[in-house]
Amino acid sequence: MHTETQKPGLIVSAGHSDAEPRSALARLLLEAARLRRFQIGMALTLLILGLALLGPLAAPSSPTAFVATPFAMPSLSFPFGADYLGRDVWSRFLCGGLSLLLISMPATLIGVGLGMAAGITAAMFKSSWTEAGMRLLDVLLAFPQVVLALLFVTILGPRPWLLIGVVALAHFPQSTRVLKGAASDIVERDFVKAAQVIGMPQSRILFDEVLPNVSGQLLVELGLRFTYSIGIIAALGFLGFGRQPPNPDWGLMISENKVALLFQPWGTLLPVIAIAVLTVGVNLVADALGRVTARISARMEQA
Amino acid sequence: MNAVASMQGLSVASIATGAEIIRNVSLTLARGEILGLVGESGSGKSTLGLAFLWHTQKGLMRRGGTVSLAGSALATLDAKALSRLRGRVMTYVPQDPARALNPALRIGAQIRDVIALDRNNTATGDQRLSELLGEVDLPHDSAFLRRYPHELSGGQQQRVVIAMAFACRPAFVVLDEPTTGLDVTVQKRILATVKDLCRTSGSAALYVTHDIAVVAAIADRVGVLYSGSIVEIGPTAGVLRAPVHPYTRSLLAAVPTATPGESLAGIPGRAPLPDQRPSGCAFHTRCAVSEARCAGELPQRSTPTHERSVWCWRAEDGVAANVPRASASVHERRAPAHRAGVLSVNALTAYYGAVAAVRDVSFSIARGEIMALVGESGSGKTTVSRCVVGAHSAYVGSIAIDAEELPHSAGKRSTLQRRSLQYVFQNPYAALNPRRTIGQTLLQWARVLCDDTAAEYKQRIATALERVGLETRYLGRYPDELSGGQQQRVAIARALVSDPAFLICDEITSALDVSVQATVINLLSTLCRDTGLGVLFITHNLPLVGSVAQRVAVMRAGRVVECASTVDLFRHPREAYTMQILQDSPSLSFLGTVNRE
Repeated sequence: MHTETQKPGLIVSAGHSDAEPRSALARLLLEAARLRRFQIGMALTLLILGLALLGPLAAPSSPTAFVATPFAMPSLSFPFGADYLGRDVWSRFLCGGLSLLLISMPATLIGVGLGMAAGITAAMFKSSWTEAGMRLLDVLLAFPQVVLALLFVTILGPRPWLLIGVVALAHFPQSTRVLKGAASDIVERDFVKAAQVIGMPQSRILFDEVLPNVSGQLLVELGLRFTYSIGIIAALGFLGFGRQPPNPDWGLMISENKVALLFQPWGTLLPVIAIAVLTVGVNLVADALGRVTARISARMEQA
Repeated sequence: MNAVASMQGLSVASIATGAEIIRNVSLTLARGEILGLVGESGSGKSTLGLAFLWHTQKGLMRRGGTVSLAGSALATLDAKALSRLRGRVMTYVPQDPARALNPALRIGAQIRDVIALDRNNTATGDQRLSELLGEVDLPHDSAFLRRYPHELSGGQQQRVVIAMAFACRPAFVVLDEPTTGLDVTVQKRILATVKDLCRTSGSAALYVTHDIAVVAAIADRVGVLYSGSIVEIGPTAGVLRAPVHPYTRSLLAAVPTATPGESLAGIPGRAPLPDQRPSGCAFHTRCAVSEARCAGELPQRSTPTHERSVWCWRAEDGVAANVPRASASVHERRAPAHRAGVLSVNALTAYYGAVAAVRDVSFSIARGEIMALVGESGSGKTTVSRCVVGAHSAYVGSIAIDAEELPHSAGKRSTLQRRSLQYVFQNPYAALNPRRTIGQTLLQWARVLCDDTAAEYKQRIATALERVGLETRYLGRYPDELSGGQQQRVAIARALVSDPAFLICDEITSALDVSVQATVINLLSTLCRDTGLGVLFITHNLPLVGSVAQRVAVMRAGRVVECASTVDLFRHPREAYTMQILQDSPSLSFLGTVNRE
């Protein structure tokens, strides 16, 4: 599976091709695609994303139908047995990932997106006001994420938009700090000063000079926060504040079937494995992107 | 010859690519001898220095070869035995003393630690400590010993590191660019100290540097490294006065010698990376006298004179003679400024908070003229340049183009004013956005500074690239795909896009190799002559000024101490300070004398 990535067309670095210039982001991704950890991470991530997205179509029976005795052992017709109410574990597993993704993906995008906007703005227009804002965010940061989420969900009830909102809110201060740190280094660099000296408008400096240079950290942050989102939402599901029964949900499955962990573990184990594999996969991808970003910077200096 | 340290046929290769960084190098050092090893960036000189101490950096491996030191072959020793030798029999002085010293320990404790390693030491630790501090010219009172590294100047820190390296009177010391980053006056004294220490303790030293002028001042013999191989080695005076290898000759022709009006000759192309090295002689693709044989086979060693070895096919033909040290002077070449205009700075005093970093500085530059502003670190020269371009607005006094006074900050200046005054930064890799192609960067500058049509932008970019001698195919490249010299050309092209009247160049060659520096300097001279550009050339390198500028202002502690034409300043410096930095600048001026006679 790794051989196709060795095609000469994908080799970007010192090849000095005179072809059309690629965008900075495409160049980053193409170079990362040559790293083994990126390939493995991407394969793991795509496997679980594929299961979660296409699973409902492939489920052999209805995820809410009672088809066997409670905690029935795996058999030919039910490869992973039945859960605590006698529903097919495999079907519930295939159907239970979509809700997790539908909440964690937008939550991550919104949280990191807002954090990026706030962080880069704070770095570029550094003043006592932005510093005061950052300290306020530190207060928010001191609040445990899950407790914050629980607070809102217990008051307003487990609604999907609310889950997205609280998870995004949990990410916001952290992402702001990370991207402010990354952008603070960039705004001190000479090419930004050069742009300021010729009178380039601040918005152009932000989008053309600063943003492309934090794209690496941004991708890493997205990957990392995505795994955190999955963690928080699965935890809320486990605590009963996610999707409500009888709907299938990985977090809910873990909590429903935990009593049978010793003699019929599949109801718990399948969602646990899926979440773990997804987390590891996304982290490998994020790590590869981080390495490539650092490598491109290092190449500049030794040229 | 009683060899103290010798390396035979050593190669070091990258584990990942298998490319050899160091290729089959043999070196021998006698007791008390200083061997200067000169090489440009990427030549493998630091790797070679470390390999001599039987150390390889991460990602590299030794491939064949032996090193023997004071009679023992290092290959036969285990890790424990090697570590007993390190710090005692073989020692190392790295480039950056601030990183070599432990910031959390007092100076005295750090030096004593090393003295304690010496088992042959008959004197007590404290006796040796005060003796050692005297040798490296540091105060040996207890107050000084109780200081932490950050409380010392860069020169003092390097003296401490040198004291530690020589504490146990080692047989062999490797010094890797120990004076890079220090001012010339400090550098000169440190070189003298190292020389004395080698003589008194009988240590052999390998002095690794990119600066031939430094080698001239310190080394008994000099070896020239190119792309991982020694190309020429022999006694210093002989190699520098009568170089045989074409690379040595070209390198010497690129070094400024503090002679007003001399022209420098750069080396075309760039040194090959270890995995892209051409077959045969690695230098043949850039060599002016190469022939078919050079591309085919690795050159054999020849000994043109006593004690000299050269690896060049053409060494015996004597063809390598007459690598031009061009004689056309910048003064003769200087064309009348065909566009009127003067940039004048009047009574400039610039502040950081309440501190005046620059006091009462005045000068003016006509179009078509290059004026140099010279000073050591902290003299305020960069502050002056930042005021001129409007990046630092806390100043009094006036900066004007013709009679029109410029607003203090760049933001308040008109587009026209910003267009006519452009800035080139010291480090091209920091000054170019790594995430944008050359074409995108140039287009952006054109768009911000000039209000033209798309076709005119294209024309401007093409003209700017042509002026700096780059082809349009570079437009699609990213900065990290270019060499350092090419990056600096792009940075200059970016400044030329708006067709400015004046260019402020802040140490633009200090991050470049000398052979590349020469090509950038020639480019600037040509631009001034052909387009009537006025240039403020800021540098710490006084010898270089002779090849660049028509006039010089020398700065010290925020003031201009002397301002004169280059010829007058070099021949009859008036101020004691100017005389001193002229004397202290390591230079190959004796070569200039030889050539002229």
